[in-house]
Amino acid sequence: MIEIRKQEIIPSQEDAFALQGISSGSKVSSNIILLFDQAVKIFAEHAQPVGIIAEISKNDFGIIYAGEGRNETDTPVAEIFQKADRLALFATTVGQGLHDKINELFVNKDFALGSMLDSVASAGVEKAADVLEAFFGSTVTRGIEDDKNIAVMRYSPGYCGWHVSGQRKLFEYLKPEEIGITLRASYLMEPLKSASGVFIAGGVDIHFFADTYSFCSQCETHSCRERMYRIEHSINASEPGEQPASIDKRRKE
Amino acid sequence: MDILRQIALVLQRGDSSGINELLQQALDNKLGPREILDDGLIAGMNVVGDRYKKHEIFLPEVLLAAKAMHVGMDKLKPLFLKDEVPSRGRVVIGTVQGDIHDIGKNLVAIMLSGAGFEVIDLGKDVPPKKFIETAVEQNAKVIGMSALLTTTMPVMKKVIGELKEKGLSGRIKTVIGGAPVSEEFADHIGADGYGYDSVQAVDCIKRLISAS
Ligand code: SF4
Repeated sequence: MIEIRKQEIIPSQEDAFALQGISSGSKVSSNIILLFDQAVKIFAEHAQPVGIIAEISKNDFGIIYAGEGRNETDTPVAEIFQKADRLALFATTVGQGLHDKINELFVNKDFALGSMLDSVASAGVEKAADVLEAFFGSTVTRGIEDDKNIAVMRYSPGYCGWHVSGQRKLFEYLKPEEIGITLRASYLMEPLKSASGVFIAGGVDIHFFADTYSFCSQCETHSCRERMYRIEHSINASEPGEQPASIDKRRKE
Repeated sequence: MDILRQIALVLQRGDSSGINELLQQALDNKLGPREILDDGLIAGMNVVGDRYKKHEIFLPEVLLAAKAMHVGMDKLKPLFLKDEVPSRGRVVIGTVQGDIHDIGKNLVAIMLSGAGFEVIDLGKDVPPKKFIETAVEQNAKVIGMSALLTTTMPVMKKVIGELKEKGLSGRIKTVIGGAPVSEEFADHIGADGYGYDSVQAVDCIKRLISAS
């Protein structure tokens, strides 16, 4: 079990606003800013972030990834995990208390604040997963001199061709019940504000691919692009002009 | 500025505390509850919906207005005679079986009641049978279903199939929504409508009810 500090997972205005359908750079009223500030305050009071990580071999992950045999035929995870240096399963939550608080606000007809808190909590879960990802990344790169050449990306059942039924085997291996996350028959996690999946650590080259899988056309976020951009950016920040040749070949903007 | 316009404007600003005072003024001026509702609250809410569709305001502002609408309705409702309680029709709404995400569904319910519909909210994890039984019992014109998981989307198809089997599909319309749901999927499963977001869902239900 990994305790996560609340201060580390307070989301940015931009992240919470994006979930409210407010795009970056939009001019928003003072009412909206006030709602965000109130939601963050409630989040800081009620969030109980906690996470769990378990390193896993490629063989074991292969079994977990195959799940109930319902994945898409070609997926980025299926390609990438075989080339990884290390893999870890993870799960994280910001707790049931926040979910209850959101419901309470709706019951009291504080719809705008309830909805903003919902977005802050969702963005907070992503930040909690970021914290775990960074933690795993640091264990992978510990002692490696050329650590800039190692990157971690995460994937979750229900996304990128990994069928949500994959949650079942992931839960059997990881046992997130220990930190209070349970799985419903519909593969939904409770508390709702939770995330789970796999961290894939390896050379930066392995993480780049074109978003042309059959299911990518249905994808609303194309979040893999942003994550690749972040990896690319972190390489370029330290070694300007240097870029793995494979990135250009396989990247599709 | 006349009092009804003021009510509409205060509602657009999402000022819940200001609404009560203005409603009292309107009632003191001998305006009837229906007039206040139609030309004050609903008129204001219509502007909010239009401005949201034009991207002039954002979801939180719509929800602040929706709260003001509810505050206003709470004050006006007791003033209507029992059989005069204003309703544009009954809508049964819920998150489908297996799914416990309810924020999107809650927003649609809020917007629907703000637009003058009677909403029977079945909550989350609602089995197909419950949707249909309630709609029949309550003489609802529309069933609204929400799903946030691809795995629970088939439940929507089940409800539509069962309505068809029972010969109810013409009488009870279906509208679906939720992150993984698309217009294509709605067409594919034979839903009567699809709402991309809460405002669109309300528009869609308005259209379906006025056409029926
Ligand atoms: S485009 Fe979307 S579905 Fe496709 S790989 Fe990227 S994030 Fe996954």
